[in-house]
Amino acid sequence: MKIRAKLDGDLVQVKVLMAHIMETGLRKNQQGDLIPAHYIQQITATHKDKVVLSAQWGPAISANPFISFKFKGGARGDRVKIAWVDNKGDTRTDETVIA
Amino acid sequence: MQHPRRQFLKSSGGLLATLVASGFLRPEEAMAGDWNKAAFEAKKMDDLLKVLGGAGAKPSSEISIIASDIAENGAVVPIQIISKHDNTQNIAYVIEKNPNLLAANFTIAEGTLADIDTRVKMAQTSDVYALVKANGKFYYASKEIKITLGGCGG
Repeated sequence: MKIRAKLDGDLVQVKVLMAHIMETGLRKNQQGDLIPAHYIQQITATHKDKVVLSAQWGPAISANPFISFKFKGGARGDRVKIAWVDNKGDTRTDETVIA
Repeated sequence: MQHPRRQFLKSSGGLLATLVASGFLRPEEAMAGDWNKAAFEAKKMDDLLKVLGGAGAKPSSEISIIASDIAENGAVVPIQIISKHDNTQNIAYVIEKNPNLLAANFTIAEGTLADIDTRVKMAQTSDVYALVKANGKFYYASKEIKITLGGCGG
């Protein structure tokens, strides 16, 4: 996961790029069999143990998902953590420091 | 009258909490259990609004959908949604002509701007709805995004 968090005035701009296949479960392979769904269902962004943004996703979020958002109350050097959970129960958490 | 289903839901909720408390499940896994399956499986706008509790949603000029009118690649359509409603709690991306309407539902914490940018898949040209919950009430705005096939730039 690539995370960038940058302080701009009193706002922290966060941009996240996650590596995930985001397979819908509606596509077929060359043999005509359905490719099983595999996609991120939940994301959580936390700043100093406070959840600043969370989301539920369906498979219509593009592969290798990107999100951008802004929150108040952050300072340079604070940590921003992003976590996701997919429909197979796989999970990944990464963090960055506000620049 | 007995409600076995409700009872089951109640007891399974308790079981889930017990599993988390006992360390059997990690909190992340428990959280995935809250995923709103019924909302993501909705195939009609009325059904989706019913599940989300937004049946009386009103059109609003306080919501902006920022996206190109024409997207060459339906697999990656960047869409930014901004709500100027006070106390915006949720921003949902709804794509009318996708197999399942709901693409994403963001929960905006206090101190976070109601300004989200992400990329979605669109099966075909469709109206895209931004469904916003603010102060417990639902509002929406919509924008048509055309999907060109072949990637020749239409």
